[in-house]
Amino acid sequence: MTALLALDKVDADYGPTTVLRGVTLEVPDGGMVALLGANGAGKTTTLRAICHMGVKTRGAIRFAGKRIDGMPTESIVRLGIGHVPEGRGTFLSLSVEENLKLGAMMRRDRGIAADVARICDYFPVLRERMDQQAGTLSGGEQQMLAIARALMGKPRLLLLDEPSFGLAPVLVQEIFRILRVINKEERMSMLLVEQNARLALDLVSQVFLLETGRVVASGPPQQIAADETVRRAYLGQ
Amino acid sequence: MTVQTFLHQVLSGLADGSLYAAIALALVMIFKATHQVNFAQGEMAMFSTFVAYTLCGAGVPYWIAFLITLAFSFVFGVAVQRTIVQWLTRLPHASELTAVVVFIGLLVVFNGTAGLIWGYTNKEFPSPFDQKAWYGSTYLNPHEVGMIGVTLIVLGIVFAFFRFTRLGLAMRAAAENPQSSRLAGIRVGWMLALGWGLAALLGSIAGMMAAPKLFLDPNLMGGVILYGFAAALLGGIDNPWGAPIGGFIVGVLVNLGGAYVVGSHLQQTLALGVIVAVLVFKPSGLFGRTVVVRV
Repeated sequence: MTALLALDKVDADYGPTTVLRGVTLEVPDGGMVALLGANGAGKTTTLRAICHMGVKTRGAIRFAGKRIDGMPTESIVRLGIGHVPEGRGTFLSLSVEENLKLGAMMRRDRGIAADVARICDYFPVLRERMDQQAGTLSGGEQQMLAIARALMGKPRLLLLDEPSFGLAPVLVQEIFRILRVINKEERMSMLLVEQNARLALDLVSQVFLLETGRVVASGPPQQIAADETVRRAYLGQ
Repeated sequence: MTVQTFLHQVLSGLADGSLYAAIALALVMIFKATHQVNFAQGEMAMFSTFVAYTLCGAGVPYWIAFLITLAFSFVFGVAVQRTIVQWLTRLPHASELTAVVVFIGLLVVFNGTAGLIWGYTNKEFPSPFDQKAWYGSTYLNPHEVGMIGVTLIVLGIVFAFFRFTRLGLAMRAAAENPQSSRLAGIRVGWMLALGWGLAALLGSIAGMMAAPKLFLDPNLMGGVILYGFAAALLGGIDNPWGAPIGGFIVGVLVNLGGAYVVGSHLQQTLALGVIVAVLVFKPSGLFGRTVVVRV
């Protein structure tokens, strides 16, 4: 399997504070990978480093074989990386429909209206809310909107920053089910950051475990889940 | 006080208000995008008006000179953003006060440069509207009617642009949430520059409409920008719909106040009064919008 995304010994810092130290990880084409770890381990920073959002990085980041580290965020996402950011990044004063159209802003083809309809098949609640101001949506609806917005850009790789954050368990199950369907049907690769380790382990084929900015373990989820020290230290089981 | 003179004051207040409306919208567009107040907005408009003056003096037909001036102003606004404003935002310790000082500096530079090139004597600036046109009346002369008409048409086009085009949507998005916009592949820096270009274009229209009435000199927009600030604050500094309405209200208020209360010499004081009153009693302005947020 070739890697769609590859980080090779990446350091990242916010000004004087170094957050990532030599992170090396890969997301295979069509694969689903989880990035686990405690609060402050550097999960969000890893996603931000990939998109060059407010962090300085050293080391090589490759997407589809091409070096992307140091490129401006706009150019990186245009290569085919969708980022569902921490906090969801909703355009609160704009309508749901405008939010979705913004997700497709980098596209020049004529299939945008059809894609709005197709993506609303995944998230039917968005169809009901189409003309509503996005700031009036509930947290769960905004999370769906954030994923839908990223999908509108037809990315090859989706970066998801804690899609379960603040949501009711039923809703989390639903969102994870949809992510699995999208991964299968559209062969979209995903890199998932999660606090909810158990759910993530069910979903993905590869896990990287971060601790204070370093990758301390990696492997298939069964192996990670079976490792006694890992379980006790990071998975809370 | 007769009904006729009162009506005349109200209507010519609306005509003047159209200038303030255009300038206020220009100020609000930039404020919404970057939370900066462009104190040089009026001087940029004045500079553009001198460009139109030079073109007209060279024999270019009015409306062609008008369009060339719009294009010049747009490019001028984009250039100022891409160079000075962008440099300003990259300064390591820039605060809001730094921006204020830089924009006041720009005001002085544009004012002085215009004086250097064109001198400080009053110049007559042509009106595109025939003095004896049918739409003139005892209440409003044709130029005043034309001012209102041009402003309303331009405001309509600007709002349609923001509401119905992809680029307009991208610009609104970049103003609301730059980070999410970047993640959607929007080139936020250029969106801000386009906003500056559009604001300068709006300002130049106000300048070209003001000049036949006020005569052209480097201090053409000194009063207009003051009323424009009052209008922007009254309408709600972050509400593009409120700005033009604020402009028309300030126009009428200042005209009536000048005619019946304080006299024409103290008219500008009324604008300051409006500014202070808004800041004290309703800082969000008459139409200041609150975004509904559920957490």
